[in-house]
Amino acid sequence: MLRVEHLRVRAGDFSLRDVSFTVEDGAYFVLLGASGAGKTVLLEALAGLAPVREGRILLHGADITRARIRHRGFGLVYQDRALFPHLTVRRNIAYGLHARRMPRALVRDRVEELARETGTRELLRRYPATLSGGEAQRVALARALATQPQCLLLDEPLSALDAHARGEMRALLRAIHRGGRTILHVTHDYEEALSLATQVGVIEDGTIRQTGPPGEVFRHPRSEFVARFVGIRNIIEGRLETPAEDRAGEALFVSNGLSFHTLTDAPPGPGLLLVRSEDVTLSLTRPESSARNCFPGTIREIVPARLGVEVYVDAGVEIAALVTPGSVERIGLREGLAVWVSFKAGAARFIGE
Amino acid sequence: MNSQIDTIRGAEPLTLVFAFCGGLVLLFLIAPLAGMVLGSPFATLAETAADPEVRDSIWLTLWTSMAATLLLSVAAIPFAYLLARRSFPLKGLVSAIIDLPIVVPHSAAGIAILGFVSSKSVVGGAAERIGIHFVGGAPGIMAAMAFVSLPFLINAARDGFAAVPERFEKAALNLGASPARVFATVSVPLAWRSILSGLVLMWARGLSEFGAVAVVAYHPIVTPVLIYERFGAFGLKYARPVAALFLGVCLVFFLVIRLLARRPDHATR
Repeated sequence: MLRVEHLRVRAGDFSLRDVSFTVEDGAYFVLLGASGAGKTVLLEALAGLAPVREGRILLHGADITRARIRHRGFGLVYQDRALFPHLTVRRNIAYGLHARRMPRALVRDRVEELARETGTRELLRRYPATLSGGEAQRVALARALATQPQCLLLDEPLSALDAHARGEMRALLRAIHRGGRTILHVTHDYEEALSLATQVGVIEDGTIRQTGPPGEVFRHPRSEFVARFVGIRNIIEGRLETPAEDRAGEALFVSNGLSFHTLTDAPPGPGLLLVRSEDVTLSLTRPESSARNCFPGTIREIVPARLGVEVYVDAGVEIAALVTPGSVERIGLREGLAVWVSFKAGAARFIGE
Repeated sequence: MNSQIDTIRGAEPLTLVFAFCGGLVLLFLIAPLAGMVLGSPFATLAETAADPEVRDSIWLTLWTSMAATLLLSVAAIPFAYLLARRSFPLKGLVSAIIDLPIVVPHSAAGIAILGFVSSKSVVGGAAERIGIHFVGGAPGIMAAMAFVSLPFLINAARDGFAAVPERFEKAALNLGASPARVFATVSVPLAWRSILSGLVLMWARGLSEFGAVAVVAYHPIVTPVLIYERFGAFGLKYARPVAALFLGVCLVFFLVIRLLARRPDHATR
């Protein structure tokens, strides 16, 4: 277990203050924050590359706050990968093994094994400047895994990758995680968090605002910042079904007996359907509109938000709608009232697992 | 190349004026050197090359400058790394001190070094006791050459290290390498082009040094001093072949070092 207690770090223009969180063994912890929130500095502080002013870092109960970098057990992958441009892929992956004075024959075997696991065998003779973004990211992961770190620290590993490479990288990260590795991944992209995390945290202005399972943090943000940052109220777990026929990406997503229409080119399988509350419309009768998703339900709760009013409707799954106070008065919305919720297929975004 | 020619061909008048200025500057640089080489018939050059005094002085100049460069680089390259990576009190003053030899008149630099390494000084006296004679010896020549040429190496290496993104070094530390290993396997290789450029500049600057060397160690005689001596004693006709020969030898060495040190540019492969 990785435990960070009241960490205070200052490095360049960034500072972190009173950062505390816990990452359970084998967890995939995604730390969400905007650019400049101090995410990279936090990873460097954990790895011993940025000086800690106050606080403690505990790994499996041992205080490693002031431990030497090589004894910390963290494998760090930078956003730009920082592959050594003057070394081949093979020598990049082997760098940490040579640094630890592993015998050459063992280094060769270990590099081959890692290259197999990360799909980089064909790249071993090449130089980093010739690799695509996805290939470079795989090599960076292989290099970080070579020293068998107890915890992987990933800085925006999916940014700057095209859609295809992102999909492959997600699959690789899941495979590494399934192998039992604890992962701490920082990003500004909530979709990354939802598709990978078993735990998430939200960081703002150098401090952690909220941590918890992704569903809980996204559905019940504890502060306005978290709410604004995660932005999504409706996160529905279910399964994408194969469309009956090709209808320009229209597909059915099934959850708790309800079928939702969505537009996606993702393959069928389990995942999440995301709908922003401002895209959901409420009406007293079934609406005659182009919206493909219409469900009857009962208002469970009406909660004032910073801007507007959030109305939670139980339609078999809970669906939140953001409306104006004027609309609440005009239609006479109240708890227990039967209403119809509707939203367009294009407003429902599917994220596969 | 074609696009550059086209650019100039279709250029505005101001560019043509600037190009004309550039031509004048190049002519100013090339004409005296070309005149010197063309003014020395091959037979005279061959005769000069056969002169043991000339051969010895050219060899002495080449090896003392090379030795001074290599010896000082052992300390200067790590120092350049420190200047590029760390901040410390009075760093601005330290940088100014490094540039000092560039602005000090070289005869004055020679006087300063002579005072420092003469047998009456602490350093010079200690060196004499272990058999190193600065004044009138190769160590003195090396000290004078190093003094005036060191800024070129330190500044080039410092700029080279500063241009290496720190993340590469942090990544290497994270992989378990010691700081010394990171320096040797990441920082130096990535700054290598600038370091090499600094080494060549320092070596070339040492080769051409006259003022400081003449004060500290007139003998054994290095080529710039020999050229001056022949000019003073016998005139231009006798100094010019030595100068032309020395220029040719330096150019050949310069090209050979550049060719030997050429490394594949991985950033563009």
